Amino acid sequence: MAGEKNDDGLVLLGFWVSPFAQRCRIALAEKGLPYRYVEEDLFGGKSDLLLRSNPVHKKIPVLLHDGKPVNESLLILQYLDDAFPETPSLLPADPHARAHARFWADYIDKKVTDCGSRLWKLKGEPHRQARAEMIEILKTLEAELGEKEFFGGEHGFGFVDAAFAPSTAWFQLTYERYGEFSVAEVAPKLAAWAARCGERESVAQSIYSPEKVYDFIGELRKKLGIE
Amino acid sequence: MAMEKAAAENAGGAAPLKLFGSWASSYTHRVQLAMRLKGLEFEYAEEDLGNKSDALLRHNPVYKKVPVLVLPDGRSLAESAIILHYLDDAFPATRQLLPADPFDRAVARFWCHFGDDKLGPAVGAVFASTGEEQEAAVRQVHENLALLEAELRDGAFKGRRFFGGDEVGFLDVVLGCGSYWLAVFEEVTGVQLVDAEAFPLFHAWLRDFEAQEQVRETIPSIDRLLDYARGLRQMLLAMAAGAGAPIAAGAGAPTAAPPSAAPPAPTTADIAVDI
Repeated sequence: MAGEKNDDGLVLLGFWVSPFAQRCRIALAEKGLPYRYVEEDLFGGKSDLLLRSNPVHKKIPVLLHDGKPVNESLLILQYLDDAFPETPSLLPADPHARAHARFWADYIDKKVTDCGSRLWKLKGEPHRQARAEMIEILKTLEAELGEKEFFGGEHGFGFVDAAFAPSTAWFQLTYERYGEFSVAEVAPKLAAWAARCGERESVAQSIYSPEKVYDFIGELRKKLGIE
Repeated sequence: MAMEKAAAENAGGAAPLKLFGSWASSYTHRVQLAMRLKGLEFEYAEEDLGNKSDALLRHNPVYKKVPVLVLPDGRSLAESAIILHYLDDAFPATRQLLPADPFDRAVARFWCHFGDDKLGPAVGAVFASTGEEQEAAVRQVHENLALLEAELRDGAFKGRRFFGGDEVGFLDVVLGCGSYWLAVFEEVTGVQLVDAEAFPLFHAWLRDFEAQEQVRETIPSIDRLLDYARGLRQMLLAMAAGAGAPIAAGAGAPTAAPPSAAPPAPTTADIAVDI
Protein backbone atom coordinates (compact mmCIF):
# COMPACT_ATOMS: atom_id res chain seq x y z
CA MET A 1 0.00 0.00 0.00
CA ALA A 2 2.45 2.67 1.09
CA GLY A 3 5.39 3.14 -1.26
CA GLU A 4 8.88 3.28 0.12
CA LYS A 5 11.07 5.06 -2.39
CA ASN A 6 8.75 6.14 -5.18
CA ASP A 7 6.06 7.82 -3.15
CA ASP A 8 5.64 10.98 -5.25
CA GLY A 9 6.90 12.87 -2.20
CA LEU A 10 3.63 12.17 -0.39
CA VAL A 11 3.48 11.56 3.35
CA LEU A 12 0.26 11.20 5.33
CA LEU A 13 0.26 11.82 9.07
CA GLY A 14 -2.71 9.99 10.55
CA PHE A 15 -4.26 8.12 13.43
CA TRP A 16 -5.39 4.60 12.75
CA VAL A 17 -9.05 4.88 13.70
CA SER A 18 -9.61 8.48 12.60
CA PRO A 19 -12.25 8.63 9.88
CA PHE A 20 -10.65 11.88 8.71
CA ALA A 21 -7.30 10.23 8.12
CA GLN A 22 -9.07 7.29 6.48
CA ARG A 23 -10.74 9.58 3.97
CA CYS A 24 -7.29 10.60 2.78
CA ARG A 25 -6.16 6.97 2.52
CA ILE A 26 -9.24 6.14 0.47
CA ALA A 27 -8.60 9.12 -1.81
CA LEU A 28 -4.94 8.22 -2.30
CA ALA A 29 -5.91 4.62 -3.08
CA GLU A 30 -8.65 5.68 -5.51
CA LYS A 31 -6.05 7.79 -7.31
CA GLY A 32 -3.41 5.09 -7.25
CA LEU A 33 -0.98 7.45 -5.55
CA PRO A 34 1.77 5.85 -3.48
CA TYR A 35 2.61 7.51 -0.17
CA ARG A 36 4.30 6.98 3.14
CA TYR A 37 1.98 6.63 6.11
CA VAL A 38 3.03 7.86 9.53
CA GLU A 39 0.96 6.82 12.55
CA GLU A 40 0.76 9.59 15.14
CA ASP A 41 0.51 8.71 18.81
CA LEU A 42 -2.25 11.14 19.76
CA PHE A 43 -2.39 9.98 23.38
CA GLY A 44 1.32 9.47 23.96
CA GLY A 45 2.65 12.57 22.27
CA LYS A 46 2.30 14.23 18.89
CA SER A 47 5.41 14.27 16.73
CA ASP A 48 7.42 17.42 16.09
CA LEU A 49 6.62 16.96 12.41
CA LEU A 50 2.89 17.11 13.13
CA LEU A 51 3.19 20.14 15.42
CA ARG A 52 5.34 21.93 12.83
CA SER A 53 3.05 20.98 9.94
CA ASN A 54 -0.22 21.98 11.59
CA PRO A 55 0.73 24.53 14.26
CA VAL A 56 -2.72 26.13 14.28
CA HIS A 57 -4.78 23.04 15.13
CA LYS A 58 -2.13 20.39 15.87
CA LYS A 59 -4.41 17.77 14.35
CA ILE A 60 -4.20 14.91 11.92
CA PRO A 61 -4.60 14.25 9.09
CA VAL A 62 -1.80 16.20 7.48
CA LEU A 63 -0.65 15.54 3.95
CA LEU A 64 2.91 16.53 3.17
CA HIS A 65 3.75 16.92 -0.50
CA ASP A 66 7.48 17.42 -1.01
CA GLY A 67 7.52 18.64 2.57
CA LYS A 68 4.71 21.21 2.21
CA PRO A 69 1.75 20.55 4.53
CA VAL A 70 -1.91 20.46 3.59
CA ASN A 71 -4.26 20.28 6.56
CA GLU A 72 -7.89 19.17 7.00
CA SER A 73 -9.19 16.05 5.35
CA LEU A 74 -11.59 17.60 2.83
CA LEU A 75 -8.92 20.13 1.84
CA ILE A 76 -6.50 17.25 1.34
CA LEU A 77 -9.01 15.52 -0.92
CA GLN A 78 -9.48 18.67 -3.00
CA TYR A 79 -5.73 19.21 -3.08
CA LEU A 80 -5.18 15.72 -4.46
CA ASP A 81 -7.68 16.46 -7.24
CA ASP A 82 -5.98 19.80 -8.02
CA ALA A 83 -2.38 18.60 -7.77
CA PHE A 84 -2.82 15.30 -9.59
CA PRO A 85 -5.20 16.07 -12.44
CA GLU A 86 -4.00 13.02 -14.34
CA THR A 87 -5.50 10.73 -11.67
CA PRO A 88 -9.21 9.83 -11.38
CA SER A 89 -10.91 12.86 -9.86
CA LEU A 90 -13.05 12.72 -6.76
CA LEU A 91 -15.08 15.77 -7.66
CA PRO A 92 -17.14 15.65 -10.85
CA ALA A 93 -16.50 18.02 -13.76
CA ASP A 94 -19.80 19.89 -13.88
CA PRO A 95 -19.74 23.10 -11.79
CA HIS A 96 -23.12 22.55 -10.16
CA ALA A 97 -22.35 18.89 -9.43
CA ARG A 98 -19.07 20.00 -7.86
CA ALA A 99 -20.85 22.48 -5.63
CA HIS A 100 -23.43 19.84 -4.75
CA ALA A 101 -20.67 17.40 -3.72
CA ARG A 102 -18.90 20.07 -1.66
CA PHE A 103 -22.18 20.89 0.06
CA TRP A 104 -22.87 17.31 1.12
CA ALA A 105 -19.30 16.60 2.23
CA ASP A 106 -19.49 19.79 4.28
CA TYR A 107 -22.85 18.69 5.74
CA ILE A 108 -21.31 15.39 6.79
CA ASP A 109 -18.40 17.25 8.37
CA LYS A 110 -20.68 19.64 10.23
CA LYS A 111 -23.08 17.02 11.54
CA VAL A 112 -21.94 13.42 11.78
CA THR A 113 -18.93 13.29 14.11
CA ASP A 114 -20.22 15.89 16.55
CA CYS A 115 -23.58 14.18 16.89
CA GLY A 116 -21.96 10.75 17.03
CA SER A 117 -19.67 11.83 19.84
CA ARG A 118 -22.62 13.00 21.85
CA LEU A 119 -24.19 9.57 21.42
CA TRP A 120 -21.35 7.78 23.18
CA LYS A 121 -20.49 10.54 25.63
CA LEU A 122 -23.80 11.74 27.01
CA LYS A 123 -26.79 10.40 28.90
CA GLY A 124 -30.33 11.43 29.69
CA GLU A 125 -31.98 14.24 27.78
CA PRO A 126 -28.85 15.32 25.86
CA HIS A 127 -28.43 11.73 24.69
CA ARG A 128 -32.06 11.53 23.64
CA GLN A 129 -31.57 14.73 21.68
CA ALA A 130 -28.42 13.43 20.01
CA ARG A 131 -30.24 10.26 19.00
CA ALA A 132 -33.09 12.25 17.45
CA GLU A 133 -30.57 14.41 15.58
CA MET A 134 -28.65 11.42 14.30
CA ILE A 135 -31.79 9.80 12.94
CA GLU A 136 -32.61 13.08 11.21
CA ILE A 137 -29.09 13.21 9.74
CA LEU A 138 -29.44 9.65 8.44
CA LYS A 139 -32.81 10.39 6.87
CA THR A 140 -31.43 13.51 5.22
CA LEU A 141 -28.50 11.60 3.76
CA GLU A 142 -30.81 8.78 2.73
CA ALA A 143 -32.91 11.26 0.76
CA GLU A 144 -29.80 12.73 -0.86
CA LEU A 145 -28.49 9.30 -1.87
CA GLY A 146 -31.85 8.23 -3.26
CA GLU A 147 -31.55 5.54 -5.89
CA LYS A 148 -27.92 6.29 -6.71
CA GLU A 149 -25.31 3.59 -6.36
CA PHE A 150 -22.91 6.14 -4.87
CA PHE A 151 -23.34 9.76 -3.79
CA GLY A 152 -21.24 10.65 -6.83
CA GLY A 153 -24.10 9.57 -9.11
CA GLU A 154 -23.04 9.47 -12.75
CA HIS A 155 -19.50 10.21 -11.68
CA GLY A 156 -19.39 7.02 -9.64
CA PHE A 157 -17.63 6.71 -6.26
CA GLY A 158 -16.54 10.26 -5.55
CA PHE A 159 -15.88 13.07 -3.12
CA VAL A 160 -18.86 12.54 -0.83
CA ASP A 161 -18.46 8.77 -0.86
CA ALA A 162 -14.79 9.04 0.14
CA ALA A 163 -15.75 11.57 2.81
CA PHE A 164 -18.49 9.43 4.34
CA ALA A 165 -17.24 5.86 3.80
CA PRO A 166 -15.06 5.79 6.95
CA SER A 167 -18.13 6.60 9.05
CA THR A 168 -19.69 3.28 8.05
CA ALA A 169 -17.43 1.52 10.57
CA TRP A 170 -18.64 3.97 13.22
CA PHE A 171 -22.33 3.61 12.53
CA GLN A 172 -22.18 -0.14 12.53
CA LEU A 173 -21.88 -1.12 16.20
CA THR A 174 -20.68 2.10 17.87
CA TYR A 175 -23.32 4.68 16.89
CA GLU A 176 -26.03 2.04 16.52
CA ARG A 177 -25.40 0.56 19.98
CA TYR A 178 -24.89 3.79 21.87
CA GLY A 179 -27.67 5.43 19.87
CA GLU A 180 -30.04 2.47 20.06
CA PHE A 181 -31.10 2.57 16.45
CA SER A 182 -30.50 0.52 13.33
CA VAL A 183 -29.25 2.15 10.14
CA ALA A 184 -30.90 -0.62 8.11
CA GLU A 185 -34.26 0.38 9.60
CA VAL A 186 -33.85 4.16 9.58
CA ALA A 187 -32.01 4.46 6.27
CA PRO A 188 -32.00 1.20 4.28
CA LYS A 189 -30.53 2.75 1.12
CA LEU A 190 -27.67 4.15 3.14
CA ALA A 191 -27.09 0.74 4.71
CA ALA A 192 -26.88 -0.79 1.23
CA TRP A 193 -24.49 1.97 0.15
CA ALA A 194 -22.31 1.22 3.18
CA ALA A 195 -22.12 -2.43 2.16
CA ARG A 196 -21.15 -1.44 -1.40
CA CYS A 197 -18.43 0.85 -0.04
CA GLY A 198 -17.09 -1.94 2.12
CA GLU A 199 -16.62 -4.08 -0.98
CA ARG A 200 -14.55 -1.39 -2.66
CA GLU A 201 -10.83 -2.04 -2.36
CA SER A 202 -9.83 1.52 -1.49
CA VAL A 203 -12.27 1.50 1.43
CA ALA A 204 -11.61 -2.06 2.60
CA GLN A 205 -7.90 -1.42 2.86
CA SER A 206 -8.28 1.93 4.59
CA ILE A 207 -10.82 1.43 7.35
CA TYR A 208 -10.84 -0.78 10.43
CA SER A 209 -13.63 -3.13 11.48
CA PRO A 210 -16.64 -1.85 13.41
CA GLU A 211 -15.49 -4.11 16.26
CA LYS A 212 -12.15 -2.36 16.48
CA VAL A 213 -13.86 1.04 16.45
CA TYR A 214 -16.27 -0.07 19.17
CA ASP A 215 -13.43 -1.34 21.35
CA PHE A 216 -11.52 1.90 20.80
CA ILE A 217 -14.49 3.98 21.94
CA GLY A 218 -14.95 1.66 24.93
CA GLU A 219 -11.35 2.32 25.95
CA LEU A 220 -11.72 6.04 25.33
CA ARG A 221 -14.82 6.21 27.52
CA LYS A 222 -12.88 4.57 30.33
CA LYS A 223 -10.07 7.08 29.91
CA LEU A 224 -12.59 9.92 30.01
CA GLY A 225 -14.25 8.45 33.08
CA ILE A 226 -17.58 7.84 31.37
CA GLU A 227 -19.57 4.89 32.65
CA MET B 1 -15.03 42.14 -22.10
CA ALA B 2 -15.38 39.51 -19.42
CA MET B 3 -18.29 41.50 -18.01
CA GLU B 4 -20.30 41.51 -21.23
CA LYS B 5 -19.60 37.85 -21.82
CA ALA B 6 -20.57 36.91 -18.29
CA ALA B 7 -23.73 38.99 -18.50
CA ALA B 8 -24.61 37.43 -21.85
CA GLU B 9 -23.95 33.94 -20.54
CA ASN B 10 -26.32 34.28 -17.68
CA ALA B 11 -28.90 36.51 -19.37
CA GLY B 12 -29.47 34.66 -22.66
CA GLY B 13 -33.26 34.25 -22.44
CA ALA B 14 -33.27 32.46 -19.08
CA ALA B 15 -33.76 34.06 -15.67
CA PRO B 16 -30.59 35.61 -14.32
CA LEU B 17 -28.74 34.42 -11.24
CA LYS B 18 -30.87 35.17 -8.18
CA LEU B 19 -29.44 35.69 -4.74
CA PHE B 20 -31.52 35.37 -1.58
CA GLY B 21 -29.83 37.26 1.19
CA SER B 22 -30.09 39.48 4.19
CA TRP B 23 -28.72 43.02 4.25
CA ALA B 24 -26.79 42.50 7.51
CA SER B 25 -25.45 39.05 6.69
CA SER B 26 -21.72 38.99 6.05
CA TYR B 27 -22.17 35.65 4.30
CA THR B 28 -24.57 37.31 1.87
CA HIS B 29 -22.06 40.09 1.30
CA ARG B 30 -19.43 37.55 0.34
CA VAL B 31 -21.55 36.39 -2.57
CA GLN B 32 -22.59 39.90 -3.61
CA LEU B 33 -18.98 41.05 -3.57
CA ALA B 34 -17.80 37.99 -5.48
CA MET B 35 -20.34 38.59 -8.21
CA ARG B 36 -19.43 42.27 -8.43
CA LEU B 37 -15.74 41.42 -8.67
CA LYS B 38 -16.58 39.02 -11.49
CA GLY B 39 -18.90 41.44 -13.24
CA LEU B 40 -21.82 39.05 -12.98
CA GLU B 41 -25.37 40.36 -13.15
CA PHE B 42 -27.79 39.06 -10.56
CA GLU B 43 -31.19 39.64 -9.04
CA TYR B 44 -31.34 40.14 -5.31
CA ALA B 45 -34.15 39.16 -2.95
CA GLU B 46 -34.00 40.46 0.61
CA GLU B 47 -35.15 37.88 3.14
CA ASP B 48 -36.84 38.76 6.39
CA LEU B 49 -35.02 36.27 8.60
CA GLY B 50 -37.75 36.49 11.20
CA ASN B 51 -40.26 35.41 8.57
CA LYS B 52 -38.51 33.33 5.96
CA SER B 53 -40.06 33.03 2.54
CA ASP B 54 -41.37 29.75 1.15
CA ALA B 55 -38.90 30.18 -1.70
CA LEU B 56 -35.94 30.28 0.68
CA LEU B 57 -37.15 27.24 2.59
CA ARG B 58 -37.66 25.40 -0.69
CA HIS B 59 -34.23 26.31 -2.02
CA ASN B 60 -32.34 25.58 1.20
CA PRO B 61 -34.31 22.95 3.08
CA VAL B 62 -31.23 21.61 4.87
CA TYR B 63 -30.14 24.80 6.64
CA LYS B 64 -32.94 27.30 5.84
CA LYS B 65 -30.36 30.09 5.74
CA VAL B 66 -29.10 32.84 3.51
CA PRO B 67 -27.30 33.24 1.20
CA VAL B 68 -28.81 30.99 -1.42
CA LEU B 69 -27.97 31.31 -5.10
CA VAL B 70 -30.60 30.15 -7.57
CA LEU B 71 -29.39 29.38 -11.06
CA PRO B 72 -31.24 30.17 -14.30
CA ASP B 73 -32.40 26.52 -14.53
CA GLY B 74 -33.90 26.68 -11.03
CA ARG B 75 -31.27 24.65 -9.21
CA SER B 76 -29.97 26.21 -6.04
CA LEU B 77 -26.76 26.43 -4.07
CA ALA B 78 -26.19 27.19 -0.41
CA GLU B 79 -23.14 27.93 1.79
CA SER B 80 -21.22 31.06 0.82
CA ALA B 81 -17.75 29.54 0.40
CA ILE B 82 -19.21 26.79 -1.76
CA ILE B 83 -21.07 29.38 -3.85
CA LEU B 84 -17.80 31.26 -4.38
CA HIS B 85 -16.13 28.07 -5.62
CA TYR B 86 -19.09 27.52 -7.93
CA LEU B 87 -18.82 31.01 -9.41
CA ASP B 88 -15.17 30.35 -10.32
CA ASP B 89 -16.04 26.95 -11.85
CA ALA B 90 -19.15 28.08 -13.72
CA PHE B 91 -17.72 31.34 -15.07
CA PRO B 92 -14.14 30.52 -16.01
CA ALA B 93 -13.87 33.62 -18.21
CA THR B 94 -14.44 35.88 -15.19
CA ARG B 95 -11.85 36.99 -12.68
CA GLN B 96 -10.99 33.88 -10.68
CA LEU B 97 -11.22 34.29 -6.92
CA LEU B 98 -9.32 31.20 -5.90
CA PRO B 99 -5.59 31.06 -6.64
CA ALA B 100 -4.48 28.82 -9.49
CA ASP B 101 -1.83 26.87 -7.62
CA PRO B 102 -3.13 23.75 -5.81
CA PHE B 103 -1.17 24.41 -2.64
CA ASP B 104 -2.23 28.08 -2.53
CA ARG B 105 -5.83 26.95 -2.93
CA ALA B 106 -5.49 24.61 0.04
CA VAL B 107 -3.97 27.42 2.11
CA ALA B 108 -6.75 29.86 1.18
CA ARG B 109 -9.41 27.29 2.06
CA PHE B 110 -7.67 26.48 5.34
CA TRP B 111 -7.75 30.11 6.48
CA CYS B 112 -11.35 30.45 5.29
CA HIS B 113 -12.27 27.62 7.65
CA PHE B 114 -10.22 29.29 10.37
CA GLY B 115 -12.19 32.49 9.88
CA ASP B 116 -15.52 30.68 9.96
CA ASP B 117 -14.76 28.18 12.73
CA LYS B 118 -12.40 30.07 15.06
CA LEU B 119 -12.10 33.81 14.54
CA GLY B 120 -15.75 34.47 13.72
CA PRO B 121 -17.23 32.63 16.71
CA ALA B 122 -14.64 34.23 19.00
CA VAL B 123 -15.70 37.68 17.82
CA GLY B 124 -19.33 36.67 18.23
CA ALA B 125 -18.56 35.56 21.79
CA VAL B 126 -17.06 38.98 22.60
CA PHE B 127 -20.18 40.60 21.26
CA ALA B 128 -22.54 38.36 23.22
CA SER B 129 -20.87 38.59 26.62
CA THR B 130 -19.69 40.92 29.34
CA GLY B 131 -17.20 40.97 32.20
CA GLU B 132 -14.74 38.14 32.69
CA GLU B 133 -16.33 36.01 30.05
CA GLN B 134 -15.90 38.79 27.53
CA GLU B 135 -12.28 39.26 28.57
CA ALA B 136 -11.60 35.60 27.88
CA ALA B 137 -13.31 35.93 24.50
CA VAL B 138 -11.22 38.99 23.66
CA ARG B 139 -8.02 37.08 24.46
CA GLN B 140 -9.22 34.35 22.10
CA VAL B 141 -9.80 36.90 19.33
CA HIS B 142 -6.34 38.32 19.82
CA GLU B 143 -4.77 34.87 19.70
CA ASN B 144 -6.59 34.20 16.43
CA LEU B 145 -5.64 37.57 14.93
CA ALA B 146 -2.05 36.95 15.94
CA LEU B 147 -2.04 33.78 13.87
CA LEU B 148 -3.27 35.67 10.81
CA GLU B 149 -0.83 38.49 11.45
CA ALA B 150 2.03 35.97 11.57
CA GLU B 151 1.00 34.53 8.20
CA LEU B 152 0.94 38.03 6.73
CA ARG B 153 4.30 38.86 8.24
CA ASP B 154 6.34 35.69 7.77
CA GLY B 155 4.13 32.98 6.36
CA ALA B 156 1.95 32.11 3.42
CA PHE B 157 0.92 35.74 2.70
CA LYS B 158 4.25 37.42 3.31
CA GLY B 159 4.76 40.62 1.37
CA ARG B 160 1.23 40.69 -0.03
CA ARG B 161 -1.12 43.60 -0.03
CA PHE B 162 -4.10 41.25 -0.03
CA PHE B 163 -4.37 37.58 0.86
CA GLY B 164 -4.96 37.00 -2.84
CA GLY B 165 -1.80 38.91 -3.81
CA ASP B 166 -1.96 42.26 -5.60
CA GLU B 167 -5.71 41.92 -5.96
CA VAL B 168 -8.56 40.85 -3.74
CA GLY B 169 -9.24 37.11 -3.92
CA PHE B 170 -11.26 34.36 -2.23
CA LEU B 171 -9.73 34.70 1.22
CA ASP B 172 -10.00 38.49 1.17
CA VAL B 173 -13.70 38.18 0.35
CA VAL B 174 -14.43 35.63 3.07
CA LEU B 175 -12.36 37.27 5.82
CA GLY B 176 -13.12 40.79 4.73
CA CYS B 177 -16.88 40.35 4.65
CA GLY B 178 -17.04 39.85 8.35
CA SER B 179 -14.03 41.83 9.45
CA TYR B 180 -15.91 45.03 8.76
CA TRP B 181 -17.96 44.10 11.83
CA LEU B 182 -14.88 44.44 14.03
CA ALA B 183 -14.98 48.24 14.09
CA VAL B 184 -18.75 48.12 14.65
CA PHE B 185 -18.42 45.75 17.60
CA GLU B 186 -15.60 47.79 19.03
CA GLU B 187 -17.84 50.84 18.99
CA VAL B 188 -20.83 49.04 20.49
CA THR B 189 -19.05 47.04 23.20
CA GLY B 190 -16.28 49.54 23.96
CA VAL B 191 -13.75 46.75 23.61
CA GLN B 192 -10.71 47.04 21.34
CA LEU B 193 -10.33 44.12 19.01
CA VAL B 194 -7.93 45.23 16.27
CA ASP B 195 -5.08 47.23 17.73
CA ALA B 196 -3.19 48.77 14.79
CA GLU B 197 0.04 48.44 16.75
CA ALA B 198 -0.44 44.81 17.71
CA PHE B 199 -1.79 43.77 14.30
CA PRO B 200 -0.35 46.29 11.82
CA LEU B 201 -0.56 44.09 8.73
CA PHE B 202 -4.09 42.87 9.44
CA HIS B 203 -5.13 46.45 10.14
CA ALA B 204 -3.57 47.69 6.88
CA TRP B 205 -5.14 44.83 4.92
CA LEU B 206 -8.59 45.58 6.30
CA ARG B 207 -8.25 49.27 5.50
CA ASP B 208 -7.18 48.50 1.92
CA PHE B 209 -9.97 45.92 1.53
CA GLU B 210 -12.65 48.31 2.72
CA ALA B 211 -11.35 50.98 0.32
CA GLN B 212 -12.00 48.78 -2.72
CA GLU B 213 -14.80 50.10 -4.91
CA GLN B 214 -16.79 46.86 -5.06
CA VAL B 215 -16.45 46.42 -1.29
CA ARG B 216 -17.83 49.90 -0.66
CA GLU B 217 -20.74 49.06 -2.96
CA THR B 218 -21.45 45.93 -0.95
CA ILE B 219 -20.97 46.72 2.73
CA PRO B 220 -23.84 48.63 4.33
CA SER B 221 -23.22 52.07 5.82
CA ILE B 222 -21.55 52.19 9.21
CA ASP B 223 -24.61 53.91 10.71
CA ARG B 224 -26.94 51.10 9.68
CA LEU B 225 -24.49 48.53 11.00
CA LEU B 226 -24.09 50.38 14.30
CA ASP B 227 -27.85 50.68 14.78
CA TYR B 228 -28.29 47.02 14.03
CA ALA B 229 -25.43 45.92 16.29
CA ARG B 230 -26.69 48.01 19.20
CA GLY B 231 -30.12 46.43 18.97
CA LEU B 232 -28.65 42.96 18.67
CA ARG B 233 -26.33 43.42 21.63
CA GLN B 234 -29.21 44.56 23.80
CA MET B 235 -31.21 41.52 22.79
CA LEU B 236 -28.32 39.11 23.39
CA LEU B 237 -27.57 40.50 26.83
CA ALA B 238 -31.25 40.46 27.76
CA MET B 239 -31.47 36.81 26.70
CA ALA B 240 -28.40 35.97 28.75
CA ALA B 241 -29.86 37.73 31.78
CA GLY B 242 -33.23 36.04 31.25
CA ALA B 243 -31.64 32.63 30.94
CA GLY B 244 -29.90 33.27 34.23
CA ALA B 245 -26.56 32.17 32.83
CA PRO B 246 -23.99 33.76 30.57
CA ILE B 247 -24.17 32.78 26.93
CA ALA B 248 -21.46 30.18 26.36
CA ALA B 249 -18.43 31.77 24.81
CA GLY B 250 -16.86 29.96 21.92
CA ALA B 251 -20.11 28.27 21.07
CA GLY B 252 -20.51 30.71 18.23
CA ALA B 253 -23.40 33.08 18.13
CA PRO B 254 -26.33 32.01 20.31
CA THR B 255 -29.16 30.31 18.54
CA ALA B 256 -31.83 30.47 21.27
CA ALA B 257 -35.01 32.22 20.21
CA PRO B 258 -35.87 35.45 22.01
CA PRO B 259 -38.64 35.40 24.67
CA SER B 260 -42.02 34.54 23.15
CA ALA B 261 -43.46 37.91 24.17
CA ALA B 262 -41.14 39.65 21.73
CA PRO B 263 -41.86 39.65 18.00
CA PRO B 264 -39.92 36.94 16.16
CA ALA B 265 -36.39 38.11 15.55
CA PRO B 266 -33.67 36.47 13.51
CA THR B 267 -31.18 34.45 15.53
CA THR B 268 -27.60 35.56 15.34
CA ALA B 269 -26.71 32.29 13.65
CA ASP B 270 -28.93 33.33 10.76
CA ILE B 271 -27.54 36.78 10.60
CA ALA B 272 -23.95 35.62 10.69
CA VAL B 273 -22.90 38.50 12.87
CA ASP B 274 -19.76 36.48 13.43
CA ILE B 275 -17.03 36.86 10.85
